[in-house]
Amino acid sequence: MIQMKDVYKKYPNGIVAANGITVDIKQGEFVYVVGPSGAGKSTFIKMMYREEKPTSGDIIINGMNLAKIKAKKVPLLRRQIGVVFQDFKLLPRMNVYENVAFALEVIEESPKVIRKRVMEVLDLVGLKHKARMFPTELSGGEQQRISIARSIVNRPKLVIADEPTGNLDPDTSWEIMNIFQEINSRGTTIIMATHNKEIVNTLKHRVIAVEGGMIARDEAEGDYGYEI
Amino acid sequence: MKFRTMGRHVKESFRSIGRNGWMTFASVSAVTVTLLLVGVFVAIMMNLNKLADDLENNVEVKVYAELIADEEQLATLEEEISTTLGVQEVVYSSKEQELVKLAETMGQEFQLYEQDNPLFNTFYVKAATPKETLAVAARIAKLDSVERVEDGRAQVQKLFSVLDVSRNIGLVLILGLLFTAMFLISNTIRITIVARRRDIEIMKLVGATNWFIRIPFIFEGMWLGIMGAILPITLVSIAYYNLFNLFNVELASTGIYSLLTPMPFLLQINALLLAMGIVIGVWGSFMSVRKFLKV
Repeated sequence: MIQMKDVYKKYPNGIVAANGITVDIKQGEFVYVVGPSGAGKSTFIKMMYREEKPTSGDIIINGMNLAKIKAKKVPLLRRQIGVVFQDFKLLPRMNVYENVAFALEVIEESPKVIRKRVMEVLDLVGLKHKARMFPTELSGGEQQRISIARSIVNRPKLVIADEPTGNLDPDTSWEIMNIFQEINSRGTTIIMATHNKEIVNTLKHRVIAVEGGMIARDEAEGDYGYEI
Repeated sequence: MKFRTMGRHVKESFRSIGRNGWMTFASVSAVTVTLLLVGVFVAIMMNLNKLADDLENNVEVKVYAELIADEEQLATLEEEISTTLGVQEVVYSSKEQELVKLAETMGQEFQLYEQDNPLFNTFYVKAATPKETLAVAARIAKLDSVERVEDGRAQVQKLFSVLDVSRNIGLVLILGLLFTAMFLISNTIRITIVARRRDIEIMKLVGATNWFIRIPFIFEGMWLGIMGAILPITLVSIAYYNLFNLFNVELASTGIYSLLTPMPFLLQINALLLAMGIVIGVWGSFMSVRKFLKV
């Protein structure tokens, strides 16, 4: 599913955020990416949906080499990956329904299919009844659920989440985790960067720890491993 | 791109106009103010131009026949003048007719001269093109039985140079106004789009192509341009129609001057304003989105 080989990333300001990362993630896996702030976690995640381009090395997702694809092909890549952000990144001038539908409009789905699929995923995240509300009228947890709904509405094989619970309280965080768990159980690969020790230690999955731009640890059923 | 996606873009552009209330208002106002200025200015310029043309076309050469010339010689002279190169029209006015005219403008006391008319038999000659007037006057002066030719030389030349200069100034002003309009409006639209910079970033992260993002903005710019043109078109039309009715009768009574008639003129100027609104709106959106599409 995802193969990174000797990935190296140096920012224009001289910071090396990835210093030879090689990793292999298989279809259907649930992976936590942990590590201290500034260790290269975010860069690691961002390179997977091509918000950042590696300086050298290969990143292959679904047969596409992200280090080599042209800017024009980037939208095509992003349509195959669902991305969930810490700050939700919902469109403030669109209501819940339109926000989710947008991911299907860009692939030019028919209005009939759009309606059906959007209502399905809103049902899955438990917010069908708030379809006509605007993001600002919702709580953080609800907004994140909408963001998740948008990321999975076009049925990607891979969902990438960058600290999805970073802005949420513990109870809400667990609700969000249950949704991810549900999505993963349907065969979708999930890669999640997180600082949430409790979640990582309780809901056991593969843990990749990034430190100094390198993979310090890669365990099948790992612990968070850092004291906060 | 599928056809129904186009429909989606149109719908999206309308929705965006509705939800961006104040931004829409700001952009439409900018378009309105500028187009109103352009409309008024163009209307004034075009009519001044028309008046100048009227004036220019009315420049005449006055040919005084020799007092001793008899009927036959006058007829020959008229024949010769009308066949002179560059002459478009010759109108004969006998000294009796001249006196009547003079009396009309100067007062009835001049009727007294009827006994001993000091005026000349006169030919009014119009050149085919105003610029030829001087040359025509020179040619006619060489003919037999001509006492004197008045070509209003100084007057005519001064008039032409004033007209040329004022036309050029007008053109420069209109061009300047157009540029200002474009700048003002693209700036306003840019501000509205800067406010949506985040939206554009998010759309790209969700997998939208550049055109998918751009097209609704372009439609929106077009609607803004059209909405901004409505008020200027209405105001300019009403104002021009009324001013025309107010002044044209009096102007037309001179037999020389007239304003541009509202019917073709208002259509032209309104089409111009509408087209400018659309071009400015679309262009403004296009340029402004371009900056933010490189995410």
